[in-house]
Amino acid sequence: MNKPATRSAEEIEAQAAAWLQHRRYWAWTDADQAELERWLEEATAHYVAYWRLDAGLGRAERLAALQSAPAEAKAGEPATLSREWLFPVLMRIAATLAIAVAVGLGATYLMRPKDRTFSTPVGGHETVRFSDGSQIELNTNTILRARMTSDQRVVWLDKGEAYFQVKHDAMHPFIVIAGDRRITDLGTAFVVRRDPGKLKVAVVQGRVWLDEPNQPRTQQSAMLTAGDVATATASGMLVRKDTARDISSGLSWRQGVLVFKYARLADAAAEFNRYNSQKLVIADPSVAKLTIYGAFPTGNVELFSRVVRDVLGLQVRNNGQQIVISR
Amino acid sequence: MSPGEVAAWFVREVLPLEGILMQYLQQNWRNKSEITDLRQEVYVRICEAARERFPEHTKRFVLTTARNLLINRMRHENVVPIEAVADLDALGMALDAPGPDQVAIARDELRRLQVALDTLPPRCREAMILAHVEGLSGQEIASRMNISQATVSEHLATAIRALTNQLFAERGRKP
Repeated sequence: MNKPATRSAEEIEAQAAAWLQHRRYWAWTDADQAELERWLEEATAHYVAYWRLDAGLGRAERLAALQSAPAEAKAGEPATLSREWLFPVLMRIAATLAIAVAVGLGATYLMRPKDRTFSTPVGGHETVRFSDGSQIELNTNTILRARMTSDQRVVWLDKGEAYFQVKHDAMHPFIVIAGDRRITDLGTAFVVRRDPGKLKVAVVQGRVWLDEPNQPRTQQSAMLTAGDVATATASGMLVRKDTARDISSGLSWRQGVLVFKYARLADAAAEFNRYNSQKLVIADPSVAKLTIYGAFPTGNVELFSRVVRDVLGLQVRNNGQQIVISR
Repeated sequence: MSPGEVAAWFVREVLPLEGILMQYLQQNWRNKSEITDLRQEVYVRICEAARERFPEHTKRFVLTTARNLLINRMRHENVVPIEAVADLDALGMALDAPGPDQVAIARDELRRLQVALDTLPPRCREAMILAHVEGLSGQEIASRMNISQATVSEHLATAIRALTNQLFAERGRKP
């Protein structure tokens, strides 16, 4: 049973708001952090109130960032103060970048510098280091073109997944183009993954601006900050917040490992199939729904199928071409 | 589940349901001054349960928890109005109501954010604008507005609460 609430929800919300504003807008020391944690630990109600306000402020900021995207401005409709009050600073940065990008791409088109292409085979993993200090790690089955000159830094992710650690340079934004989407670095580490019809961008550090450069009228642009995971498809874009831990387990391929936390077997198999030419096939929909938890080396389908067989008690048949999992 | 995982789940899956939850509580509980406490109690219960495991259907779980909480409270207070119980079982209707599409939600939220900003006390809004538009720290806001640091803190805290309540609790209601 829960302890009876000694304070009303209103009082707890007020305390949580006091903590949150202190942390956001004032000097914040380790001692403050320890005290906040002590307060949070006192009751689940404290956690809940704090999470809720934190999410509310974050949501307001994100909405404001979306709102401030240039595409939203309608001609003839005067913007009121409150309509664009939040984050016009970011908006200005974004506008500057957009101009820089447009000018940069135009010049490039005329000069046609040589692009360098990097690729990995199925199961491959490669790190490319650039002279500006930026670094790109290519995951399995990935093709990427880079145009790194003294004026501009543009990378096209043609296929697959890559992790970017960018040396930030405000004068020369680092831009990743994935299909019709553009990701503009604003001082960052982030990962971009292309699947058929779907693009995923997860920000580990700093922030990026995600938009569609050739669709100026679209509203599908967003400022993503650390912990944001954006999934973009032809029909739209969703942004969610992940914990640092979830994001780093999504990056475990950098260590050659796949981490599954209660993943559906079908999803886990699909992940494995990205890394191996011998494909896992799940024959039965009831099997596909089973969940697994664990970490597996990316290249070791054998180990994965053995665990599936022993732990979930399934049949595993290896016919050379495929590994078929069934009841 | 770690607190971080519970927090992420709560923000991602539970908070978007707050409008539905509030509507349900308001329809089924007479004492309106207790609604915020009830909402908190529901959140505490589901987050404590989520430490063990995440429910498969979040919406069902949230509304069922709310119903059980209301029934317990009614038993406790020995006042069980018949129509309340009948209403509680109309839970199915709330469950089956289709959610608005994402675009509509975003548009709705923008409008709500605007309402929240427009209805903030002027000094309170000024502090928020200085913080986010000009990027000032609390201390800088205090000297710019020529008010005490404690007052700045109060303004900012009030603004955060107002924004959050507009965005989550009031969702689905006409401003």
